[in-house]
Amino acid sequence: MSTTLALALDAPLSLAQRYHRANLRRAAVLLLLGAALCLSLLWDIGTGPSGLPLRDIVQGLLAPESLEIADRVILFDVRLPYTCMALVVGAALGLAGAQMQTVLNNPLASPFTLGLAAAATLGAAMAIVFVPVLPWLPVELLTPLCAFLMALLSTGLILLLLRWHGGGSHSLVLFGIALMFALEALVSLMHFLADSNALEQIVFWSMGSLGRASWPNVLLVAVTLLLCFGLAMRRAWALTLLRSGEAQAESLGVDVARVRRACLVEVSLLTAVALCFVGTIGFVGLVGPHIARLLVGEQHRYFLPASTLCGALMLSLASIASKSLIPGLIVPIGIVTALVGVPAFMLLILGRRAAA
Amino acid sequence: MSLQITALSVQRQRRCIVEDVSLATPLAAGSLTALVGPNGAGKSTLIHALAGLLPSSGQLLLDEVPLSALPLRQRSRQVALLPQSLPQSVGLSPYELLLGGLLANGVGRREAETRIDAVLRRLGLLTLAMQRLDTLSGGQRQMVALAQVLARQPRLLLLDEPTSALDLRWQLAVLGAVGEDVRQRSAIGVIALHDLNLALRACDRVLVLAGGRLQADGAPDAVLDAALLRRVYGISARIEPCSQGRAQLIVDQLLPETHLEALPS
Repeated sequence: MSTTLALALDAPLSLAQRYHRANLRRAAVLLLLGAALCLSLLWDIGTGPSGLPLRDIVQGLLAPESLEIADRVILFDVRLPYTCMALVVGAALGLAGAQMQTVLNNPLASPFTLGLAAAATLGAAMAIVFVPVLPWLPVELLTPLCAFLMALLSTGLILLLLRWHGGGSHSLVLFGIALMFALEALVSLMHFLADSNALEQIVFWSMGSLGRASWPNVLLVAVTLLLCFGLAMRRAWALTLLRSGEAQAESLGVDVARVRRACLVEVSLLTAVALCFVGTIGFVGLVGPHIARLLVGEQHRYFLPASTLCGALMLSLASIASKSLIPGLIVPIGIVTALVGVPAFMLLILGRRAAA
Repeated sequence: MSLQITALSVQRQRRCIVEDVSLATPLAAGSLTALVGPNGAGKSTLIHALAGLLPSSGQLLLDEVPLSALPLRQRSRQVALLPQSLPQSVGLSPYELLLGGLLANGVGRREAETRIDAVLRRLGLLTLAMQRLDTLSGGQRQMVALAQVLARQPRLLLLDEPTSALDLRWQLAVLGAVGEDVRQRSAIGVIALHDLNLALRACDRVLVLAGGRLQADGAPDAVLDAALLRRVYGISARIEPCSQGRAQLIVDQLLPETHLEALPS
């Protein structure tokens, strides 16, 4: 009996067993990322100028009535929406970036590659500059609405160009870059037309800030994120096969054009909804998927959740940094993600080269 | 089972790359056909058109059924394409790639695992099964791509220069494995090749393509002769039996370009 057991333990694992083990390791990485994210969120809630101790925060989260009214307002109306916005926006950008890099077959792609950020900025700038034209609509609603619509419009234009011209991911990237330059020129035109007050607002919007977070905004981004995450996971195997090349994927029965179109619409929706409330936040959608790829590889059933978690974790940490860098002042989070993202990206590139 | 090609033409960017290719007799079940010709002859384009990846005119009948009438998914279960190579920077293991391909083709999980194990064992790739593709050499990636095609067990195998990154031993091993698979399952194999000696050694039939047109079609040792090689490749060469009695191509010299017959461009 003991000999049989020993033989069974010594027997080499079959390929299916080895694959199962590899998947268990990936699942463990996802759990660790989730745990790190929970800690980071707690730290983020506890960081701020009012100096609420962590013990009071945990107690307040479990029993809100135990807090003073002022502390309750700070916790539930200021800190929590801010932290949750970092969570959902980071997750949305991470998920969008992962899909973008796959469907464009380009490791440098991000949710901004096709000019979505420039389009959202243009929409916001138009709302700010032309606000006297629409006095019946409050600017708090008008700015995100215009940013959202302009981002969707730019995606529609790219899809139309692709349909008219045909071509693969290279054509798509070229269209996106051309559109981005055109949109940036229009943003500059808005700068030129704006008065000093409007110009200040445009510049602040384009820096990216979580300060405009509110529960309805967070809810809208969260619902969009959940919906898009579900759709992306349904395409996980198709996206995995797309990594073996477009022709190969098509030969395996993947409708490449359809998958690409669906992903682009979904990425636009995610990015537009996320950016319209917080402004331009770069690098999360670029670096998040790269970290996820290093951790779990490119099997998209693990890569997509990992990229979503990495994006959320990155923006949550950036949120903490934005509140801690200069005491008493919240640095716009777009500046922090760029400052932290650039060296992180360089480290990734150098690390990969050293590994090669 | 048979594959009939009639008046097949493929245009790319308003240029005719493959023009009016018709076979006198269909490609038969259990046969391996070599598609040969100089660079730019249209071999890859023809292979991709047969796989349904390029729009084409004319008729392709697999067992009397037009391939173009089959929905993408159904077609992918019957026709498998081996590309010239897999992309270099892919963070997937060969096992994942094969599993994904089989699941996409509607093969059950258990059956997929059995097939993957068998094909990786047959091609001697078991030790590479869990490594990332971006750590493998070009030749190893090509073998993985071949494993994916064989694991799918398609009725029509289309292989686009599968030996281009392989050493001599693996070239013979690949052609042996493909030939064996095609004969055992009574499938049809079409393989684009540059090495005419490999075509002579392993294939039952050869299609010679040049300038997008079919120049010759038949048994390799009957079709490949000095006149055709001079006309299509611009070389002086002869086919002679080697010590084992097999036909072998011996190249004497490169001829000036004037010996190339004007082929339609």
